[in-house]
Amino acid sequence: MKNEEVIEKINEFLVEEFEVEAERIVPEANLKETLELDSLDYIDLVVVIESNFSFKVKPEDFVNIQSFQDFYDYVISRVNSKELV
Amino acid sequence: MNRVVITGMGVYSCIGKNLDEVRDSLYKGKSGITLDTFRKEFGYRSGLTGYVERPNLKQLLDRRARIMLPEQGEYAYVATLEALKNAGIDADYLNDHEIGILYGNDSSAKAVIESTDIIREKKDTTLVGSGSVFQTMNSTVTMNLSTIFKLRGVNFTISAACASGSHAIGLGYHFIKTGLQDCIVCGGAQEINHYSMANFDALSAFSVMESAPTRASRPFDRDRDGLIPSGGGATLILESLESARKRGAPILGEVIGYGFSSNGAHISNPTVDGPVRSLSMSLKDAGISASEVDYINAHATSTPAGDASEAKAINEVFEGTKPLVSSTKSMTGHECWMAGASEIVYSLLMMQNNFIAPNINFENPDEDSAKLNIAKSSVEKNINVFLSNSFGFGGTNSSLIVRKLT
Repeated sequence: MKNEEVIEKINEFLVEEFEVEAERIVPEANLKETLELDSLDYIDLVVVIESNFSFKVKPEDFVNIQSFQDFYDYVISRVNSKELV
Repeated sequence: MNRVVITGMGVYSCIGKNLDEVRDSLYKGKSGITLDTFRKEFGYRSGLTGYVERPNLKQLLDRRARIMLPEQGEYAYVATLEALKNAGIDADYLNDHEIGILYGNDSSAKAVIESTDIIREKKDTTLVGSGSVFQTMNSTVTMNLSTIFKLRGVNFTISAACASGSHAIGLGYHFIKTGLQDCIVCGGAQEINHYSMANFDALSAFSVMESAPTRASRPFDRDRDGLIPSGGGATLILESLESARKRGAPILGEVIGYGFSSNGAHISNPTVDGPVRSLSMSLKDAGISASEVDYINAHATSTPAGDASEAKAINEVFEGTKPLVSSTKSMTGHECWMAGASEIVYSLLMMQNNFIAPNINFENPDEDSAKLNIAKSSVEKNINVFLSNSFGFGGTNSSLIVRKLT
């Protein structure tokens, strides 16, 4: 899967799952603040990632993710490393 | 001791999605029963059920609130919105006062089964998502509604089988009567999906008159062959008379009696003695005689044994006074955990509009129901006092008496 396709897919499910306006999702924006994530929401983020990309995410993986770009990079790296479960 | 009044009500049921629709259905004797063919494919003995459409809450609740609400929680939410509006209680009032919630609910089968299916398949509990635990617990309705409406008073769920909603109101009445609370959101909720009633169907407790769904629920009729599961949500706002008068609230009726008992016998077979004690206790608590009751909203679910036992109990306690009796379950089916609350709403609508809703499909009495004064069709009548019965598995019984405030 090309990086652009991964990013497009991520943006689609974030809009759908977290009901955020698409134009607010920009690479440099803060993921947590933009999506208004609380501790419970991170569980749902894990679920949508697995259902869209078929790899498992540990909640602690989010520690170093600040921006949407960080999030894209993380997912792309996991997709490319083919750590499929 | 405080006097306890009802200042608001709301309902979401198979005979209407709001008070106006339900009032019209009750008056016309309209049934909400359908045949769900999927239940047959799923393995049910009977595909008969009340049908309740899921409300669309996207414009009313944010994502976080919605994903924590199970099906019956949605019904309870819609009913509670209507009840609070009906009572003239807004967000500011809820914020400034210690309002409680006591709600009847005794299952959340769909949420439990769907999440278990995910764990079985994926071998990963995380994948059930964050809403699952809050949907699966029996207290799901009170935990969700107390969060959504920011309630700060008493907060717990009553699980008492098909008397859950009735006992919730009875406990709310006592909390207010004794001065512990001024205002409590009371009610009952019942899921209606195909998971929730399968093990009840297993007992062959449901009617199999599938060729005529609207005629299948026939409480007290000689040819009844079982109940029909149904569901939804019903909410009543209980308040001290002092609090209601202070804020100029509408007063729909006064709760004057609550009787309860346990059969102390079989887990599913009814008795006559248990309901007799519950009925007698409610009359004693209300301080009225049997002759002062104008209308009895019977528990009668359309099962052969249950209806006969209730008819015997009513005949024993009300011998000689012959109040009008009907079972609204003839139209709604058995709303189970919700029924004790919804049937107070139905009876209050009758009281407000001076009629008694019919016990539809009552064509031929049996030996016991022949002694009751059953309303076969709508009866124009001024109701000053009504009594509502609710009985459940385990032999739990509840009788509530409500009087028009004069």
